[in-house]
Amino acid sequence: MNSKVMDLKKIEVWDGNMAASQAFRQADVDVVAAYPITPSTPVVENYATFEANGYIDGEFVMVESEHAAMSACVGAAAAGGRVATATSSQGFALMVEVLYQAAGMRLPIVLAQVNRALAAPLNVNGDHSDMYLGRDSGWINISTFSPQEVYDLTLCAFKIAEHLDVRIPVNINQDGFMSSHTAQNIRTLDDKTACDFIGPYKAVNAMLDFSKPVTHGVQTEEDWHFEHKAKQHDAMMRSRKVIDEVFAEFKELTGREYKAVESYGMEDAEVAIVAFGTTYETAKIVVDRLKEEGIKAGIISPRVFRPFPLEDLSAQLQNVKAIACMDRSAPGGSVGALYNEISGALFNSPARPVLSNIIYGLGGRDMTVSTLTEIYKDLVKEAQSGKLNGTIQRFVGVRGPELNYYNA
Amino acid sequence: MLEIRWHSRAGQGAVTGAKGLASVVAETGKEVQAFAFYGSAKRGASMTAYNRVDDKPILNHEKYMKPDYVFIMDPGLAFTDDFTANSKESTKYIITTHLSKAELIAQIPEIQEMEDRVFVLDCFTIALDTIGRAIPNTPMLGAFIKVSGMFELKEFQESMKSVLGKLSQKIIDANMVAIERAYNEVH
Repeated sequence: MNSKVMDLKKIEVWDGNMAASQAFRQADVDVVAAYPITPSTPVVENYATFEANGYIDGEFVMVESEHAAMSACVGAAAAGGRVATATSSQGFALMVEVLYQAAGMRLPIVLAQVNRALAAPLNVNGDHSDMYLGRDSGWINISTFSPQEVYDLTLCAFKIAEHLDVRIPVNINQDGFMSSHTAQNIRTLDDKTACDFIGPYKAVNAMLDFSKPVTHGVQTEEDWHFEHKAKQHDAMMRSRKVIDEVFAEFKELTGREYKAVESYGMEDAEVAIVAFGTTYETAKIVVDRLKEEGIKAGIISPRVFRPFPLEDLSAQLQNVKAIACMDRSAPGGSVGALYNEISGALFNSPARPVLSNIIYGLGGRDMTVSTLTEIYKDLVKEAQSGKLNGTIQRFVGVRGPELNYYNA
Repeated sequence: MLEIRWHSRAGQGAVTGAKGLASVVAETGKEVQAFAFYGSAKRGASMTAYNRVDDKPILNHEKYMKPDYVFIMDPGLAFTDDFTANSKESTKYIITTHLSKAELIAQIPEIQEMEDRVFVLDCFTIALDTIGRAIPNTPMLGAFIKVSGMFELKEFQESMKSVLGKLSQKIIDANMVAIERAYNEVH
């Protein structure tokens, strides 16, 4: 725990950026190396303010780019310390090379990623393009739906990443502006409780442990590379057990429950939306209203995007008749990632729901209660007829002619 | 659910005002939300900020809103912003202006025949007289307390003091005077 304690109210009004900064502070991170970028800039600014006011015992390093930020994080983590950083969009894109290094070197770094569109055109607002860019990088990826969840799951992230059975970096995603710049009530933990929950850092093969010299980041060719990557994948797949355990421990401490697959209204749902981020919470309002009208609607989200909870999703979607997979990222010439993931999850199961792909919300375009209601009403028609109303993929909320692709 | 939309120029403190209001309201045990659209807006550009207040956790993350209250922080924006957009029959408007209520309404067709839902005060003069800077956000909050009846003046001032916490006592005192003057002057 940092030597100087910050007194927090039981309920603070913080935006998602402050929630991430406070979780970093309470985690007593040894090194934060960062290069600010909108909309994650305040994560770094707030942290620098804490440091300037004496609340941070660790090091805060301003670097010259995001590539350098993640490189410094890799160095510090290999040296044997608890490490975190924050970024968004173009900054994340610049980090990508080093993200793969961090994962391959099994360094338990925590990244607060504030999701934003990727240029061009330049756009600072929220969508999931950057989250999708990093999905094969070997990081555990967790989606948050509100500032409270950013706080809670950033605390959990350290505990998951650093667990001796995991040692994989964790990326905590939140929606740019819709979460990062939206202030809401946050139930806080006091510094000691938060720090004790995470526990002390356990160094593994620390380079600064001169009694046991080690090498990090070695070269392996066809003799060992495959085994190395296979072990990395295996560790990622097995991390799910630890993720579930950490979520259970967090629930015991706070009463707030997190699951690898979050769902609402799915017990008897005939129509369902699959989506990430703040859209999940907005959809809960719509699900409640539709239930009052007698429509059995549900919303489901792979909170843990990687390792992908394929079996859990499949199990919860077995009795659904029509599903819309909503991707907030430009698919670049195919169906969206969630459509592919859900199709893949269901293909070896008996369920054959009508499955469609909606591209929405790019560059911060609003997803409203009214649009979500229309999407559910379309799903009801598809559930009744047992076939798609139109094409597999459509764009919702975009101006100009309708954009529809792929016939069933 | 109570919803507020702020029309402001970047730099006039609407974001701080919206977050400050959220913090004060949260002290009373309510659930709050404060956000803004600004993107890459520059100082002086027209922008909007938003509040939601409810008794249960706020799940709605859409930017679309049919506000119960609309705050206009800059006299010019009453003439250039579409500040009655997405309004309800009951939406109330609090407008900062140096004009009298009758003069203002006469010049803005959108708010004619709704005199009972339009409230005016000169937040700029109040802010300049008390705080010494033309930042209209705290006077606007004082006006809102009066128009909404959501808080007693003293109760609101006490909560606001803790939100302003880190500022100097002189600045906090000036803000308290600004809130009280706005409370008394809005009509």
